[in-house]
Amino acid sequence: MTSLSLTAPPGVVTASVMASDLGCFPTPEQYVDLVRSFKEDGFEMCVDLCAVDYLEHLDRALPDGIVATRFEIVVNLLSLSKKQRVRIRVQVGDESPIIDSLFSLYPGTEAMEREAFDLFGVLFRNHPDLTRILMPEDWEGHPLRKDYAVGKIPVQFKEAPGPR
Amino acid sequence: MRVAERVDALVVETSEGAQGLQPRRRTDTDELGREVGAVLRQSGLTLDPNDVDYERRDDETMIINMGPAHPSTHGVLRLMLELDGEFVLRTKPVIGYLHTGMEKTGEVLSYVQGGTNVTRMDYVSPIANELGYSMAVEKLLEVEVPERAIWIRMMMAELNRIASHLVWLATNGMDLGATTMMIFGFRERELVLAFFEKTTGLRMNLNYVRPGGVAADLPDGWEDDVVLICDTIYERTFEYDELLTGQPIFRGRMVGVAPITAEECLALGVTGPVLRSTGVPWDLRRSMPYLAYDQVDFDVIVGTYGDNFDRYAIRLNEIRESVRIIRQCVEKMPKGDYRTQDPKVTPPPRARIDESMEALIHHFKLFTEGFHVPAGEVYSAIESPRGELGCYLVSDGGPKPYRLHVRAPSFVNLQAVPLMMRGGLISDAITVISSVDPIMGEVDR
Repeated sequence: MTSLSLTAPPGVVTASVMASDLGCFPTPEQYVDLVRSFKEDGFEMCVDLCAVDYLEHLDRALPDGIVATRFEIVVNLLSLSKKQRVRIRVQVGDESPIIDSLFSLYPGTEAMEREAFDLFGVLFRNHPDLTRILMPEDWEGHPLRKDYAVGKIPVQFKEAPGPR
Repeated sequence: MRVAERVDALVVETSEGAQGLQPRRRTDTDELGREVGAVLRQSGLTLDPNDVDYERRDDETMIINMGPAHPSTHGVLRLMLELDGEFVLRTKPVIGYLHTGMEKTGEVLSYVQGGTNVTRMDYVSPIANELGYSMAVEKLLEVEVPERAIWIRMMMAELNRIASHLVWLATNGMDLGATTMMIFGFRERELVLAFFEKTTGLRMNLNYVRPGGVAADLPDGWEDDVVLICDTIYERTFEYDELLTGQPIFRGRMVGVAPITAEECLALGVTGPVLRSTGVPWDLRRSMPYLAYDQVDFDVIVGTYGDNFDRYAIRLNEIRESVRIIRQCVEKMPKGDYRTQDPKVTPPPRARIDESMEALIHHFKLFTEGFHVPAGEVYSAIESPRGELGCYLVSDGGPKPYRLHVRAPSFVNLQAVPLMMRGGLISDAITVISSVDPIMGEVDR
C-alpha cells in the first residue's frame, strides 16, 4: 500500500476506509467538483455508484462536520494508472433526496444512477434519461428503501407465509 | 390511409412508456448525445450535428423490438433497434425482465445464508459471486482465511472461468451458426461441472465459497480429476482454434466488427475482456492481486483493435491461461484447514455435536441466528470472467447485511452495446450482444 499520495481538495472531509482506500465525505455542493478533480488526477473509471438507505441508522458514525442524512450515495472511483481506489460518500437528504448527476464526467454512471433512482428514489440533476431501469414503468414506490416491506406472494395449498 | 391514421394509436397501445425508444421526429441532438455524444466527447471527437437528419420521415426508419425472449439475446434482454434498411442507427437495451430483488433479499438473509443468494446472480460463474461476497464479509470480520482455502478458492475460480468462457464460446458459436462449437463448448463444460458436483454436491449455484473458507475439502483423488480436465481442455482449445479462428465465415463476421476504443471503455466503466480487447492490460488478478494470484505465473491477454475477434481471441486464450494457473494450484496446494477455525464463523465439527451440549448450542445458534459482523462498510472487487465484480457491503453490527450491493460487470458492460452497434448491420447485432457476454441474472439481479 502506498501512502496516499492523492489528497482531496481543501475543505473536503476525508477519512481512510478499510486501510487502503481513501474515503471522502463531500457536501452535495462539493460533490461534482470533487469527482472532477479526481478525474483530472488520473481516476479514469467510475466503477460503481449505489445508494444506501440509512433509515434505521440516522445517528451512525461519520467524520466530524458531516451531518448524517437518510440517503447516501456511494461512488467508487478507480485509477488504472495508480492502481488505487477512492470512495466518495455523499449525504443526499432525507425526504426528497436529490444530487447532481455524474453523467457528464463518467457516462458509464448512466445506468447506475438510473438504478439508484429506480430502487431508492434518489433524483439526479442533469441526468439525460432518469427512468426506471429494473422495475416496471408503472411500479409504485422504490423497493430498496427500508420502509418498503418485503413483498409476499400467496402460495397455493399453503398458509400465506409471514415476513421471514 | 386508414392504416396510417391508426399507426399512432398502435404505438400508444404497444408503448412501454418512457423506457421505450422515441420516434425519430423527437430525436434531437440531446437525445443522440444521450446515447453516444458524451462518449464521443470523451474520445476527443465532436458530435456531428449532421448525424441527426431532421428532414427524415419516420417511415424511412423502423423501430423493432428484439427480445425480450430471443434465442440469441442470451437471456431475457430486450433491444429496441432503429433500423435504416439493414443498418442499425440507434439501440436501446431494455432490462429488468429478470429482476427478482436479490439485493433486497440479501438484506433479510443472514451472512451464512447470503451465499445461496449471491451465487444465483451470475449463474454461469457462481464461484466468482460467492468469492466477491465472502471476501467482503471477511474484510469486515477481519478473519484470516487458511492458506489451503485460498488456493482451493483460486483453483475453483479458475475452473469456473474456464466453464464460463466455454459457455461463451458455445453460445457465440451458436449465434453465428457454428453448431459444432456449441456442442463442443457444452461438452467440455460438463467436465468442469462434473468436478464441481463431486466437490460441492451441485453443478451450479454451489454455495461452496463461504465466509471463512470453503464448504468442504477437495474429494479424494482430486488431483487426477483436475489434471485430466486441464489436459483435455488445453488440448481441445486447439481444436476450437482449428474450427473457428481461421475459418473464413467466422472471420468475416468477427474481424473488424463492432470496434470500441479504450477511451470509450474507460468512460463507460467497461471492464473485463471487452476492456482488454482494446489493449488496456487491466486484470484485477494482476493489477490488484487478491487470493494468491501474485504467487502464480500467468499472462494477461490483451487485444489491439477492440473488435469482436479480439474479444473472442482473448477469451480463448484466457482458457489456456486458466489451465496454467490450475496446474500451478495442483502443484502448490498447501496442506491444512479448508476453513478458518475461528469459532465465530465456523461451526464445531460434527463429532463434537454428539457429545457436547455447548457445541450443539453453538451449531444451532450459528445456523439460526448467524454470526454478527462488526459495523462498517466495505467494497471488495475481484475479476470475474466478465469483468470487475464488486461487492459493497454495509453492516450495522447485526447478523444480516444492512445493505448488499453487487457491482455486476454485465450490467455496466451492457452500456457499451448501443455504441458498438451504431452503424453496424443488424445481422452483426447478434454477435455484438454475444461478444459483450452479458448474463441477465447478473444484469437484473
